[in-house]
Amino acid sequence: MDLYAELILDHYKNPRNFKELEKADIVFEDNNPLCGDKVKIFLKVENEQIKEVSFMGVGCAISIAASSMISEIVMNKTYEDVFKIDKNQVEKMMGAELSVSRVKCAMLGLSAIKKAIKILQNEK
Amino acid sequence: MDQVKKLRNDFPILKGKLIGRPLIYLDNAATTQKPNQVISKLCEFYENYNSNIHRAVYAISEEATIAYEQVRTKIADFLKAEDPAEIIFTRGTTESINLIAYSYGEKNIKKGDEIVVSDLEHHSNFLPWKALCERKGAKLKVLESDEKGDFVNIKDVIGKKTKLIAVTLMSNAIGLIPNLKEVFEAGKKAGAKILLDGAQYVPHFGFSLEETDPDFLVFSGHKMLGPMGVGVLYVKMETLEEMDPFLYGGEMVTEVTEKDVTWNDLPYKFEAGTPSVADVISFGAALDYLDKIDMTEMQNHINDLTEYAFKQLNKIDEISIVSPDNTDINGGVIAFNVDDVHPHDVGTILDKEGIAVRTGHHCAQPLMNKLGLTGTVRISFYLYNTKEEIEILVNALKKVQEIFFNEE
Repeated sequence: MDLYAELILDHYKNPRNFKELEKADIVFEDNNPLCGDKVKIFLKVENEQIKEVSFMGVGCAISIAASSMISEIVMNKTYEDVFKIDKNQVEKMMGAELSVSRVKCAMLGLSAIKKAIKILQNEK
Repeated sequence: MDQVKKLRNDFPILKGKLIGRPLIYLDNAATTQKPNQVISKLCEFYENYNSNIHRAVYAISEEATIAYEQVRTKIADFLKAEDPAEIIFTRGTTESINLIAYSYGEKNIKKGDEIVVSDLEHHSNFLPWKALCERKGAKLKVLESDEKGDFVNIKDVIGKKTKLIAVTLMSNAIGLIPNLKEVFEAGKKAGAKILLDGAQYVPHFGFSLEETDPDFLVFSGHKMLGPMGVGVLYVKMETLEEMDPFLYGGEMVTEVTEKDVTWNDLPYKFEAGTPSVADVISFGAALDYLDKIDMTEMQNHINDLTEYAFKQLNKIDEISIVSPDNTDINGGVIAFNVDDVHPHDVGTILDKEGIAVRTGHHCAQPLMNKLGLTGTVRISFYLYNTKEEIEILVNALKKVQEIFFNEE
């Protein structure tokens, strides 16, 4: 249960889907003022389903690694399934319990994806 | 150092075991730990004479009133103020500053006036003035500090339009003690009121109003061994008389009819509602504790620790220090970064080693922006810290590097 285990450091140093997405259906930026973490989410969607996701950002190891992991998880998921992902699953995904102050770092990417989906739903 | 070992016994939290050894507490700029003498004073009040002050005629209320007012006198003596009525109790430094901004500022700041702060300020000595300026159509000007603590643009910033100067005596983010001599001279010449934020400085150095003569001085009890919930606001009597109340309610009036109100005497006019009686009385115990320790000896101890920590941290190439490496202008705060590691990651790894440090922007974003940083790791010392604790910190920082860089 080590927060700075190999898996997290690997995702931090080599984040997956870390790029801008051309012709994204939505680009959404969010930040965590406590840490100064910033994340920009790019989504391509079709029929209430995520077809492609990427992100850019700066921040602590926890936020970058969590965004990287979550980008792999939400790929091809329906909106409904994305909304079902909660803190417990994020902790499971990271293989570590998160302290209250660090939960926000870990949830930043996921919460940005959810906010972006909500905007898409409202646009309809 | 023998004295330090002895006085550490007074602090229960420093004896508690976190990860098989006592907590290493290096976040004293945020709040200090409390000795038994202060903690037991809180219990003593609630167990023996808990009652509201100033109003009742029964014995325990009178006892509480006397104890509360004795602390006001104690603070007046500590600061060498002329009159205890110049001491107002608030909840903390932030409330003290807001009280001035509302009760002095609303009445006396006009359109076109200028208020001056420095680039070293905590948000609490920046935002109330920014908001006041916006309400009044006044202008906020900023003194720029250099790395030696001198302000480089005094002549451009302080002038005839300056009505109030609000500056810190010591930066909470980097520990820098700015040179305020010229600011003071220019301010007096301009006829401006001067507010000194002593939240960081006073717990380490005390303050003598006989030597320096500001209109306002603010600080918090909890950063100098006292309980949370007590702030001190000193206002010079002549300035106090120019101020309207801030909060309206009980205790601050002598007579109320539907048409007219007579304000209570100073300082009660500014202490509406039930104050934190137990906390104020316990803050008195903290002042007694500090009084027993020679403050010069405490400063020497903190200087020793600061110099030692600089020496140890400087040995690590990957650590970049932001604070001034000179105890003449550094009051015992070291802000640094481990290269290529986010401060919050450093903080979390140190936490796992039982070491409490502060990470982030330290509520001083204007300064962080100027330094080109989003945040730092900050350690800050008080009288109970030891060199052994610094050694444990340095070893833990080496572990941070191992975690982040050694596996390739």
